[in-house]
Amino acid sequence: MASLVGSRVERKEDKKLLTGRGKYTADVTFAHQTYAYFVRSPHARAEIKKVDFSKAIKAPGVVSVLTGKDIVDDKIGGLIAGWRIKSEDGSDMKVPPHPPLASETVNYVGDHVAVVIAESLDEARNAADLVKVDYKVLKAVVDTSDAMKSDQIYKDIPKNLCFDWLLGDRAKVKEAFDKADKVIKIDLINNRLVPNAMEPRAANADYNPSTEEITLYTTSQNPHLARIIISAFNGVAPENKLRVIAPDVGGGFGSKIYPYAEEVVCSWAAKKIERPVKWVADRTESFLSDCHGRDHVTHAELAVKNDGTFLGFKNETVANLGAYASVFGTVTPTYLFGPCATGVYKMPAAYTNVKAVYTNTAPVDAYRGAGRPEATYTIETLVDKAARELGIDPVEIRMKNFPTQFPFQQTLVHSVDSGDYIAGLKKAVEASDYKGFEKRKRESESKGKLRGIGVCTYFEACGIAPSPVVMMLGCGIGLWESAEVRFNPTGNVTVFTGSHSHGQGHDTTFAQIAADQLGVPMENIEISHGDTDKGPFGYGTYGSRSLTVGGTAIVKACEKIIAKGKRVAAKMLEASEDDVEFSNGEFVVAKSNKKKTIGEVAFACYLPGTYGEVKSPLPEGEEPGLKETSFFDPANFSFPAGSHICEVEVDPETGETEVVKYTAIDDFGTIINPLVVEGQVHGGLVQGIGQALYENCHYDKSGQLVTASYMDYTMPRADNFPEFNLGFTCTPATSNPLGTKGCGEAGAIAAPPTVMNAVMNAIGTEISMPATAEKVWKACKENKKTNSKAA
Amino acid sequence: MKTFNYHSAKDVKEASKLSSSNSAFLAGGMTTLPSMKLGLASYKDLINLKNIKGLSGIKVSGKTVKIGSTTKHVEVAQSKEVKKAIPSLAALADGIGDPQVRNRGTIGGSVANNDPAADYPSACIALNAVIHTNSRKIEAEKFFKGMFETALKSGEIIEAIEFEIPKKSSYQKYPNPASRYAIVGVYVAECKSGVNVAITGAKSCVYNDKNLSSTLSKNFSSSAIDGVQISSSGMNSDIHASADYRANMIKVFAKKAVEAC
Repeated sequence: MASLVGSRVERKEDKKLLTGRGKYTADVTFAHQTYAYFVRSPHARAEIKKVDFSKAIKAPGVVSVLTGKDIVDDKIGGLIAGWRIKSEDGSDMKVPPHPPLASETVNYVGDHVAVVIAESLDEARNAADLVKVDYKVLKAVVDTSDAMKSDQIYKDIPKNLCFDWLLGDRAKVKEAFDKADKVIKIDLINNRLVPNAMEPRAANADYNPSTEEITLYTTSQNPHLARIIISAFNGVAPENKLRVIAPDVGGGFGSKIYPYAEEVVCSWAAKKIERPVKWVADRTESFLSDCHGRDHVTHAELAVKNDGTFLGFKNETVANLGAYASVFGTVTPTYLFGPCATGVYKMPAAYTNVKAVYTNTAPVDAYRGAGRPEATYTIETLVDKAARELGIDPVEIRMKNFPTQFPFQQTLVHSVDSGDYIAGLKKAVEASDYKGFEKRKRESESKGKLRGIGVCTYFEACGIAPSPVVMMLGCGIGLWESAEVRFNPTGNVTVFTGSHSHGQGHDTTFAQIAADQLGVPMENIEISHGDTDKGPFGYGTYGSRSLTVGGTAIVKACEKIIAKGKRVAAKMLEASEDDVEFSNGEFVVAKSNKKKTIGEVAFACYLPGTYGEVKSPLPEGEEPGLKETSFFDPANFSFPAGSHICEVEVDPETGETEVVKYTAIDDFGTIINPLVVEGQVHGGLVQGIGQALYENCHYDKSGQLVTASYMDYTMPRADNFPEFNLGFTCTPATSNPLGTKGCGEAGAIAAPPTVMNAVMNAIGTEISMPATAEKVWKACKENKKTNSKAA
Repeated sequence: MKTFNYHSAKDVKEASKLSSSNSAFLAGGMTTLPSMKLGLASYKDLINLKNIKGLSGIKVSGKTVKIGSTTKHVEVAQSKEVKKAIPSLAALADGIGDPQVRNRGTIGGSVANNDPAADYPSACIALNAVIHTNSRKIEAEKFFKGMFETALKSGEIIEAIEFEIPKKSSYQKYPNPASRYAIVGVYVAECKSGVNVAITGAKSCVYNDKNLSSTLSKNFSSSAIDGVQISSSGMNSDIHASADYRANMIKVFAKKAVEAC
């Protein structure tokens, strides 16, 4: 059987998903279903004086109205911050309480105040209008850079400062800067984004009073984590009485890693009213209450020699956490950001200092790339500026500072096991016809357009993660992954993974891996995920981890299956176990034609014995059945890297910017399915280019979300992009047997600086993201003025 | 959505009779229904006009194109007669919203709603349109009164919109990158009485830029526009475009329109 690893197998799940046969949380309706509608704060910051629901409870169809007081009375725990970060002075981060329904204060527009549960959604929504909340409105803190100087939101958190974190060595950096020929400085805003998964968040909880079990269907990237949090922290039900099912999920991008208030409230309410409670977000609720992404204000400096050698790097960042510390909200701007901020380069000295602040905006958490896009944007725009100021070609300055020896001990944390950055950039230069740019620029100029080219070389740390490392860095959990490979008696296979697919294509990629390992045709392998009652505990999908960590667990479980299969086959074939070899789905006795297929062995494992005979095919002491579990904890992160080159055309009359050429050369180690990987790169690029040119989450001064719908929040669309030119280099990862590195976030990490470098190259001035038409037009106009003055 | 009474009127008379201060006429429903779903609007009665015979259809005579009020955008966009008589009008219809909107939305609905960023009102102004209602004929210049405000009285229903066939014309818009409504839309048409330059998206209501119109009436060339000062006074300013930017875009898109004529 030819190996399936490396083949462009079409996605198995697409037939279901593209023909409307997927089953999403909103598709699940129980008998005696009720519907929840949340009363949300219309104010960014206020004290709750009184909640009067006397009219709402009498409205048609209303079953129950629950408020923050009920949460307190029932001792339901608050939402958690999952990662503990310490400040430079050794003090612990400061975290405000985050009750699922507020009883004292509300801290962002959309914060949860009460829930109305009714026989229909319309009745719930109409009754919610009758809930009268008496607020004392307070002055909101909105702006990231002003947050520390603004009114204090929480009484125990001075300066609205969660932590003031340092990674690196200030003294060594000072030394490096003292030796520099030149210091390049940059000020950046990493614009706030709304995740915008195609499927809005939803929850439907059913409670069985006789067994006291809750079944929660929810839009989760990580149902096992949802179960442990809702059990252990919110205290809704013990783990053995809570089943969490994340069925088909329509995208997450990080925003669905952890449970939100709504899932907790639906589960708790279902138990309280002894009826199933369903909530499905409308798009406005998604805008208001899904955790947002990015939102950094950064000042960075690079110390260089005149020949372009990097000597040191400083990064001073203020990160906006929003109103509360979300589950991965504190790690995203620290350990996922700081280590990667020195980029793909040899950097003798570096530090990253992050001040994380609270504001009266929606909580900010991991969003595709989580910290690494912010890091890459910082270093890559800074490196380009260095190239400009030193008069060195952007490709040359990068080549000059690449490491050439692997493993490469990166400045701040990571030991990068493998890579070849020179090969990647060379390939990108060739594939993009970098040298032909000047000719294309002249052609654009003849049409009255400005043309720019931008380069970015990135690496990132993903495949999270080695449990001891992340726990040392403050993570509340280990981040290994599990797999169970279960042969059915008739020889087909079900593989349970603790990771979760919400668009990644696991049904296909994981089946390719198992098919190769077991020699069973792919169509006989089913991948099962997303149900805490099936398969072992796992840690879900985010941080480009599923294949490197979860895929490896599958390989390990398959190895155990084969080991047992060998023992059984040896007995069946009356041979010594050492003489039995396994390949292509067959156990073969060496130097003979005696063999048993893995299907025959599986059958024998489940039905040990022949009709009418006493003898069993199983070796003495061997248990029946053929099912193995593996828990894989990787030795290291995985470190994908790449070189992206983009060209834009700018119309100086209107400021409109068009991405006309985009080349991405990535090193994802071994690629299991190029079709799926290319899809991931496309998706990442689209989100990254979206951040650079279009997307921007905007709150006004009072904390109202101005961009709360697609009328105002610019989602990128297909007609905004050229055909992407993709290519790959391959240095296999050494930290997992598949040799794979994560690919899900790379596009979103690399694209923003690539595009922005191209825009700045075209117009000749620095400009912040998103480079909207008006901003670019203004910059072009300013340039015209300056140039005419100079002339 | 709040509950409401739904009526399907047989004829204009019945529709008019059913209307009250707490009702809305329903044509394509492309604005009305989303507003109701989002809780921004609620009505006691919705009166559907789409089943009224004779309100839909396109008639081209020697001098005008008359389009029934419940004619969908897609029908205008694909009409061979409109494409021949006023190609810019067919092109405008083809650029409204998205395919779903074009397959449901109607010209009468768009004109009656008078969204400050809608496309059709600019065509009405530029092409000296006459709005035919169940009680009178209204000239476009007198029809569009302000933001979402028209000369229509309670119970008055648009039956058709009649456009003058110009010598040449073009509609060019710069769409809002998020909603794709016009940030500015410029309709340039050379009619019998002179050139009209109608602007949508820039102010609270569509208007005829008299300055541009008279300049182009004297010298129909894009270079003539270079000398025209577009004041940003009174122009919309929002997160997508400042007043200054809109003023600039009017100039750029007026030139594009002239060049495309």
